[in-house]
Amino acid sequence: MTELRAQLSEWQAAAERVLPRWWTKALAGVLVLIGVALPFITGSQSGFLNGTIVAIAYAVMALGLNVVVGMAGLLDLGYVAFYAFGAYCAGWFGSGFFFGLHVHVGVAPTLSHAIGIHLNIVLILLAAVVICAVAGVIIGLPTLRLRGDYIAIVTLAFGEIIGVLAVNGQSIHVGGGMTLTAGNLGISAIDQPWFPGVGSFSLLDLRPWYWLIFAILLIVLFVNVRVRDSRLGRAWVALREDEVAAVSMGIPLVKTKLMAYAIGAAFGGMSGAFIGAYNTQVNAGQFQFGFSVFIVAMVVVGGIGSIWGALAGGLLLGYINNYLIPDVLNDLPSRFGLHFQLSSVSFGIFGFLLVLVMVVRPQGLFPERRRTLEMTGEVAALDAELGAEPEAGNAI
Amino acid sequence: MRHPLRARLANVGHVNTTTITPSPPVMAARPVAAALAAARQYVGRWGLIVALLALPVYYGINDLVSGYQAAVVAGHPVIHHDLSKLGFNFAEGLSDGAIWALIAIGYTLVYGIIELINFAHGDVFMIGSFTAVGMWSVLGLSLTTSMLGVIGGLIVALIISMLTTGTLNVLIEKVAYKPLRSAPKVAPLITAIGCSFILQNVGLLWRGGSQQSVNDLLGSQDVVFTVAGVPILRGYLLAWAVTIPLVFGLSWFISRTRPGKAMRATAQDPEAARLMGINVNSTISLTFLLGGMLAGAAGLVYAVYETQVWYFQGFRAGLFAFTAAVMGGIGNVRGAVLGGLIIGVIQSLSDERIGPQWTEAIVFAYLIAIMVLRPKGLLGEETREAG
Repeated sequence: MTELRAQLSEWQAAAERVLPRWWTKALAGVLVLIGVALPFITGSQSGFLNGTIVAIAYAVMALGLNVVVGMAGLLDLGYVAFYAFGAYCAGWFGSGFFFGLHVHVGVAPTLSHAIGIHLNIVLILLAAVVICAVAGVIIGLPTLRLRGDYIAIVTLAFGEIIGVLAVNGQSIHVGGGMTLTAGNLGISAIDQPWFPGVGSFSLLDLRPWYWLIFAILLIVLFVNVRVRDSRLGRAWVALREDEVAAVSMGIPLVKTKLMAYAIGAAFGGMSGAFIGAYNTQVNAGQFQFGFSVFIVAMVVVGGIGSIWGALAGGLLLGYINNYLIPDVLNDLPSRFGLHFQLSSVSFGIFGFLLVLVMVVRPQGLFPERRRTLEMTGEVAALDAELGAEPEAGNAI
Repeated sequence: MRHPLRARLANVGHVNTTTITPSPPVMAARPVAAALAAARQYVGRWGLIVALLALPVYYGINDLVSGYQAAVVAGHPVIHHDLSKLGFNFAEGLSDGAIWALIAIGYTLVYGIIELINFAHGDVFMIGSFTAVGMWSVLGLSLTTSMLGVIGGLIVALIISMLTTGTLNVLIEKVAYKPLRSAPKVAPLITAIGCSFILQNVGLLWRGGSQQSVNDLLGSQDVVFTVAGVPILRGYLLAWAVTIPLVFGLSWFISRTRPGKAMRATAQDPEAARLMGINVNSTISLTFLLGGMLAGAAGLVYAVYETQVWYFQGFRAGLFAFTAAVMGGIGNVRGAVLGGLIIGVIQSLSDERIGPQWTEAIVFAYLIAIMVLRPKGLLGEETREAG
């Protein structure tokens, strides 16, 4: 294994000698171009393009959660709350749901006299970012004194409370006969995004949707990389590694942790607002704990703390969930004479993946270097140490 | 019999003794800060207790002052001004709470010994319910079986489901937690969530995706006797009859037997325990076995008492029981029982008076309140995680 690794790094060094210094930038540029050109290959209506759009939206969420879980080391099991806030932003500010109001900013001419609040998709995304950042700080506040799995439980509780609020929001009145949410009926007929010069998006042509979420992905990736390499990113790592040492070195604990929650939540909200608009409805039933775990699984499978891991994990599980399981492998059990569809046990499959990755390769598929050392270096050393311990003969 | 299973470091070798002690308030220099610190201490001591008393006291006063509708006779509502409705809430809550207490003990034992929230525990409880219900049909229990036959059959089903869930819990520990004992703590937590989802989907394939009614073997809603206007149902008696002996038996086991002593020693300091010749691995397995067996017993009681089972019941039960364990002080068996009973009463009050659709939110709000006000719980000591 070490020989293989040495060989690989030798090859990498050789390749870097040959290539000019700007080759990473060139590679990134080529990848972006391929990304932009993708819908011309797949066609404007294919199930694959649909799967790709949703997978990218999930990858954006995974990137957001990676800030909280990976970089800052705060295990957040209530991430679905930000999905909910984001999706409800799309519902509240882009449909006729608040029928007592007439607000129109930058929407298609056909909507300019419709009832309700109708904002341009860019404004909706910004609103989702702001609302989710505030919600992230509120959820983060009670966890500041806690650590480890207690944080996980408090965030989980918050996520569940938000889910219950969404389902029961029909009975919460906000005045004028309007309610907070439409519960399990769902807020439906959310506006299609509209841009001047482009016109309204439509579900008959998925390409504009793809380019919109691709642009969001690029922005989120850029922010992620810049934040990781900033003073704030280093503060997160320091807090994650040793809180007491970091605080005594002068890192502001409250501000740093809350920034992690706010930034992670903002990305989740962006993606949630996009998914809300893309589905053209927001249904309270979709905000379940299982979704939080789904996003955690993306981060874990990709490699906790690694931006490229979160991106890869998000795309991978997004494709598995939205393309591979429902479209390709769904009748697999029936071929073995079993009477169920694979999509009904998709969460079991993700659970299995979580266990498998954690036991076999805890650093994930595309690990960050520092995390690899943490997850495997110590484990290997300890295994060697504990291996000397006799298993039998020391009964109670 | 004071045996708080105080947890120390699970990850042997990865020693990271970062205990944050609250800095002593600087009295003379900053009187405002000192006052704030004193206020915070006061809130920490009494806040949770006040929050817990708020619901029953409010509804008790409400019942006494404005009364409640007890029945409708000839089209006219009969208004009572007494506490028997509150008493009914308490009786129901204490029997629901007995089930949560059994599950909560499993959380608290495991957390005490390896500092892991065993997320799969609620789903182990669900598998216990399913096993028990499966055993009824194997044993041929139905509504026409005689009372003696039902009781005998239930005892057999109880033993089998306890053995099943105990074994299952040990298996989960071997496969998913043991390889990660020295990894960072987030790793076993994530595998625990993974196991929880796997078990849920096993349940989904086993009995389908919707709530399933099962035979009401005992007539769990039949009133046995009435105490001060509060009807005591058969289901309540069953919950207490199973829970009380099990809790006392477990207490005895932990405080009096050699394996119990080994459990306490491992909880306090696994490394020192190993140096003293205790087999830490088998002690941890034993802990999982006991926790799983209690969850299996709770599963049977739940199936008989609620007369319906569902693959998703374990999720809610698990979170309620975890809240109970934290409320009582995690790592503390008596605390888990107390917490379970309190959660049961909160649930029953909320179900009846606020609306069952809000119950989850209210219990979770209490969970957050505990974390903010008193992370060590009612009977617990400071833990490294929560302190």
